[in-house]
Amino acid sequence: MASRLIDEYFRQSKLPHIWCPGCGHGILMRDVAQAIDNLGLDKHKVVIVSGIGCSSRAAGYMDFDTIHTTHGRAIAFATGIKLAKPELNVIVITGDGDAAAIGGNHLIHACRRNIDLTVVVFNNNIYGMTGGQYSPTTPTGDFGTTAPYGNIDLSFDLPALAQAAGATYTGRGTAFHVPQTVKLIENGIKNKGLSLIDCVSVCPTYYGRKNKKGSAVDMMKWQRDNAVDAKKAASMSEEELKGKLVIGEMYHREKPEYTAEYQKLIEKVGGAK
Amino acid sequence: MAEKRFALLQGNEACVEGAIAAGMRFFSGYPITPSTEIAENSALRLPQVGGKFIQMEDELGGMAAAIGASVAGVKAMTATSGPGFSLKQENIGYASAAEIPCVIVNVQRSGPSTGLPTSPSQADVMQARWGTHGDHPIIAISPSGVQETYDLTVRAFNLAEKYRTPVILLMDEIVGHLREGVELRPAEEMEIINREVWDDPERARHPYRMDEGQLVPKMTPFGEGVGYNITGLSHDGEGFPTNSNEVTNAAMRRMLDKIEKNLGDIVTYEELMLDDAEVAVISFGGAARSVMGALDKAREMGIKAGMFRPITIWPFPEKQVRELAEKVRHIIVAELNDGQLTLEVERVVGGRCPVSHLGKIDGTVLKPDEILEKLKEVSK
Repeated sequence: MASRLIDEYFRQSKLPHIWCPGCGHGILMRDVAQAIDNLGLDKHKVVIVSGIGCSSRAAGYMDFDTIHTTHGRAIAFATGIKLAKPELNVIVITGDGDAAAIGGNHLIHACRRNIDLTVVVFNNNIYGMTGGQYSPTTPTGDFGTTAPYGNIDLSFDLPALAQAAGATYTGRGTAFHVPQTVKLIENGIKNKGLSLIDCVSVCPTYYGRKNKKGSAVDMMKWQRDNAVDAKKAASMSEEELKGKLVIGEMYHREKPEYTAEYQKLIEKVGGAK
Repeated sequence: MAEKRFALLQGNEACVEGAIAAGMRFFSGYPITPSTEIAENSALRLPQVGGKFIQMEDELGGMAAAIGASVAGVKAMTATSGPGFSLKQENIGYASAAEIPCVIVNVQRSGPSTGLPTSPSQADVMQARWGTHGDHPIIAISPSGVQETYDLTVRAFNLAEKYRTPVILLMDEIVGHLREGVELRPAEEMEIINREVWDDPERARHPYRMDEGQLVPKMTPFGEGVGYNITGLSHDGEGFPTNSNEVTNAAMRRMLDKIEKNLGDIVTYEELMLDDAEVAVISFGGAARSVMGALDKAREMGIKAGMFRPITIWPFPEKQVRELAEKVRHIIVAELNDGQLTLEVERVVGGRCPVSHLGKIDGTVLKPDEILEKLKEVSK
């Protein structure tokens, strides 16, 4: 199964990837390909847009039209591509720093417009490419090279942020929970609007090492043992949820989609050919 | 508006009409005076011709979305001024490095920072050339009137498509808000250049590899079944990141040469009363309009003065200005800044004749009489 996915959706001449041993990003990248395959999308109509950072190297390995953009701007580039050619399936692969720090403004406004993009965040809770600085999703109290005394920042809950900003599909997966994460990405692609899937990765090299989380396997086991499905979490107290990772579908509703609304506007003013 | 052949328009409005005639079907931008009419008119006009307008959340997004649309095969533009031009620099560099055609309009206003909004200025001359980091190819062209804004916007798109590069239409508040009669020549009567596209998907997988005799590598829009990669990292012929110094050097050289080796095609300028001139004024954009008034008065007083007006600011018309310096006794550079183009003129002239700067940094325009005074002073 895996080899067929690789044949079909990956640029084998560009592999192996540059990610560290134990990094969760390779699993998540495969999840994206699996979701595309499960949906039977025409691969010629799929565009992968990425920003800058560990996550964003994924674009170069995937055999579609791919564009590796500037730091934080992937969603803005993707907005231009999607609005120019709404028939394309545009998937953004981004990271926690890329999407939520330097690109935070583009993220919330793409959510507000409900433009049909699928934003897949490879969230490793750290700036990996630059060597382990704390990010907007580094938990409070954790360590990074720029948080040598522990991080005093409060962190973002990305699906909640996207939902509040207007996204119409949100969820969280992990590197461990492969079938669930694939399904979330599939649903995100199917949703006619802005979808955000927070995919919690593992970064044993920086986040793990800085925070004594053990090996990559230990970190994956932690995901396995501490994940709570969103449905179950809804009936749990704040105390019970402490130290847990809520995963699954968080939000789904229908709202007018931006490029469809723009097409109506063109028709209204007589600009349709 | 589009059906009419003749109209009384602002420079900013003429810019939008020129862009649509050139084939612009995508505009992404952010409101900023004195360029806002370009966004407003794009919002009004683009859907009428089946195009798209989007007001982005910030200037960075405005630049990014325009590049995205161009990657998807749609001619795209953004417009801004001063502070917004600073913010766009990051992605202008991307467009330059990834060789994505697009047009960036900068209607210059007083700076630095928020400055004196929104008084005229021409102080983004150097930023237009060197605003983004790293050595990079760029073209900047500057109109002096409304008709020229229409025509040069078309040219900006043509140059962008032909050379696969961002082109900066370097306007200023004077020209942007100036109202003049303009002939809106339809596309059929103008040369409209579209980027060269590979027909063969296999060849299209090498968006940065050039064949003999090609000016720039062909590119193919996303969504055509090619499956290729674009990156701002140093890349090989296939568009994939490389750490090779040799590959990087060759790619950089090719990118820089596509401009430097085609100056005859890219560089345009206007010469006015230079045949017998002893003093030449070099001026561009809105400031050149004041020079025209001064020249008439100077000639009446017996001062043999003329004007050299670079229309292409970058690449700068080096050869022409060097030749001019051999002919005249003195060159005055009249510009609304503290001597940015003067620096370039001095470099090019290299001591062949004296070069004086006449500028304004207070948000006002140069008056013809001020230019006349300078002409008298250097003619003594």
